Amino acid sequence: MSTTTFGWLILLFPLLGCVVIALGFRGERGVSAGVLGSLAIFLSFASAVGALVSLLGRSDSSRELTSSLWSYATTFGVDAKLSILVDPLSVYMALIVSGVSTLIHIYSVGYMKSDRGYVRFFSYLNFFVFSMLVLVLAGNFLVLIVGWAFVGAASYLLISFWYRRTTATRAGLKAFVINVLGDVGLVLGTFFIFRHTGTLDFVRTFHAAPHVFGHNSTDLTAGCLLLLVGAFAKSAQVPLHTWLPDAMEGPTPVSALIHAATMVTAGVYLIARMHPLFELATTAADVGAIIGCATLIIAATIAIVQTDLKRVIAYSTMSQIGYMIMGVSVGAYSAGLFHLMTHAFFKALLFMAAGSLISAMGGEQSLDKMRGFRRAMPFTFICFIIGGLALSGLPPFSGWLSKDDIIAYLDHRGGGFEILGVLGYVGALLTGIYTFRMIFRAFFGEPCEEARELEQGHLHHPESGFNPGTGELEDIDVGFPGPEHHIAERDVAMKVPMAVLAVLAVVGGVIQIPGVDAGIRHFLEPSFAGSRLANLDPSDSSAWIGLIIGAVIGLAGIGIAYRVWIAAPGTSARLQVRFAPVHTFFYNKWYFDELIDFAVVRPTQWLGRFAESVLERGVIAGGVTGGTLGVVRAFSATVRRLQTGFLRYYAAAMLIGVFGMALYFLISA
Amino acid sequence: MPIGWYLVVSALIFCIGAVGVLTRPNPLVILLCLELMLNAANLALVAFSRMWGNQAGQIFALIVMVVAACEVTVGLGLIVAIYRRHLAINVDELNELRG
Repeated sequence: MSTTTFGWLILLFPLLGCVVIALGFRGERGVSAGVLGSLAIFLSFASAVGALVSLLGRSDSSRELTSSLWSYATTFGVDAKLSILVDPLSVYMALIVSGVSTLIHIYSVGYMKSDRGYVRFFSYLNFFVFSMLVLVLAGNFLVLIVGWAFVGAASYLLISFWYRRTTATRAGLKAFVINVLGDVGLVLGTFFIFRHTGTLDFVRTFHAAPHVFGHNSTDLTAGCLLLLVGAFAKSAQVPLHTWLPDAMEGPTPVSALIHAATMVTAGVYLIARMHPLFELATTAADVGAIIGCATLIIAATIAIVQTDLKRVIAYSTMSQIGYMIMGVSVGAYSAGLFHLMTHAFFKALLFMAAGSLISAMGGEQSLDKMRGFRRAMPFTFICFIIGGLALSGLPPFSGWLSKDDIIAYLDHRGGGFEILGVLGYVGALLTGIYTFRMIFRAFFGEPCEEARELEQGHLHHPESGFNPGTGELEDIDVGFPGPEHHIAERDVAMKVPMAVLAVLAVVGGVIQIPGVDAGIRHFLEPSFAGSRLANLDPSDSSAWIGLIIGAVIGLAGIGIAYRVWIAAPGTSARLQVRFAPVHTFFYNKWYFDELIDFAVVRPTQWLGRFAESVLERGVIAGGVTGGTLGVVRAFSATVRRLQTGFLRYYAAAMLIGVFGMALYFLISA
Repeated sequence: MPIGWYLVVSALIFCIGAVGVLTRPNPLVILLCLELMLNAANLALVAFSRMWGNQAGQIFALIVMVVAACEVTVGLGLIVAIYRRHLAINVDELNELRG
């Protein structure tokens, strides 16, 4: 089979899975829908592997293939086609997306077993994977935008999956609105670029860009900044990030799949894919790097003080994506994408472990109530430790190699970018602290009641019918934990994917070690062939110095966490009192929600009310439609009087009319 | 005989028909008067056809007869329907269809 055939197959299986599950399994109980969904995604992964093998069999220069299924419109200036681009970058992304998705699907088979929306869940999940693969395989801007919007819609559906829960539906709406803001940015940015290049196709756009755009030309910078708006909204970068923590209202596998491993990395992919444009519009690229760096620091500071387990991981995701955005914006493409992959492994693992822990708590997510689960849940604990060490960047875990790859590049590139590198190290220190704060609080110390129950072999089950987050009464038909719930220790479908990811989180980094091999860089080289920044890699010795510094800093972070939460347990309370204003500021997430509420939501609401009372009622209803109505009414009242109902009047009127006409023609003749 | 006489007769019949339509309240009579008007037109058509030695007018007259037959069918049907509903056979009283 040709390489592009594999590309189409990657897309076909999830789509088929989505449709078949949605139409064929109505009201079905049992796990068959989940098995089918997992199989569909696995076949997609197998096709991605096929595409990889087929690409590796080609020479470096012929690894960029496009294939078009049909044309929507090819008129003057527009070439809208359903086309895919199969090159190392898209295959790399497709492998990560379908691979991690397969594991998360299998995990969900166990985790969601007792949920009444089981079939619906897998249909949505397949739809999401399909959309994400459309996004990464898109061969032109049009298909990219379609995939981009589909992914947002899938995210909305899955965040509001427990649709009777008001917090969930509100979070879904918030995510959707902010994502649509990003879609608008992407569409407008595309237009800025299309206006000059006259083509929607990626390859032709990139070939044309250096000729039609000057260095930092205004239109290109505007276009790239708008593309960045799209990337920021999707990848939860400041200030468009507020939807991501709220999105944790969705089921935990959704958080693992969409809000950690795949969808939120779409912005990173977008910048990497558009690198020929961003290298021309260096201002826009710098904005991307600075925002990424700001996000990684802001999110890390928030993560330190949050008490909701999933939200801590969500802020950590934001922070890590900040690293990736920063990396691909400055030109560390292979490093950024390498971190994307390792992050997908260990963050999905952390979320899965968190899901198991939350199950053990009966839906409760607050770290304040978790304590001492170490002995009760040994498997989950080990997974958490592996994920946490990889996240903190300790050797030999995968996150160590990938995160410091980005920072080493920044330091090597120079020209002011060292500052971002130093801030990256600050972020790494914070990462170590918040990760192990979470682990120490949940797994160490005196076991809480739920942990003690579990040690005696009894899984805690709370009184159902309450929202675990807010304590509100709610409909028990839909919502976690439902009639029963599952933990990894007792469910093989949850255990296997976690074990696989744990192994990957440990060894996933070996394909790119400075001085040993550079698998990802070599594989991705054809995609970044024309780039002048991609080959600007630091020397092996400086990369290793960076790695050692990173490991020391990560260890320091863990040490601080140990000192504060284990060695001297009262320290965190004392620090809270001592730095009360700072704590409040971080705890309230830097007041971003309030700021957006004040700056955007309220003015819009005010404008809406103004438009309703003045424009709608006064001008539209009063003037325009009211005036037209009056004129029509007056005219028809006059005409109506002619219609008397007397037949002979009509006959007379007709005769007189005909005579009049006849006379007129006679006279005029 | 000059054509003028034919046309005078035709015009006379047409006027009688028109006045009948306008003045009589009975729908049956109105139908009869309508027939008069149509046949007046037929007379004129045939007269002209003869004057020009052209058959078109005669065919026209035939078609007008067909139309007249149809019109009478519909008209009489309406009158029967009105009668069956025990309404007055008087066009002045059948004036409900108005604006």
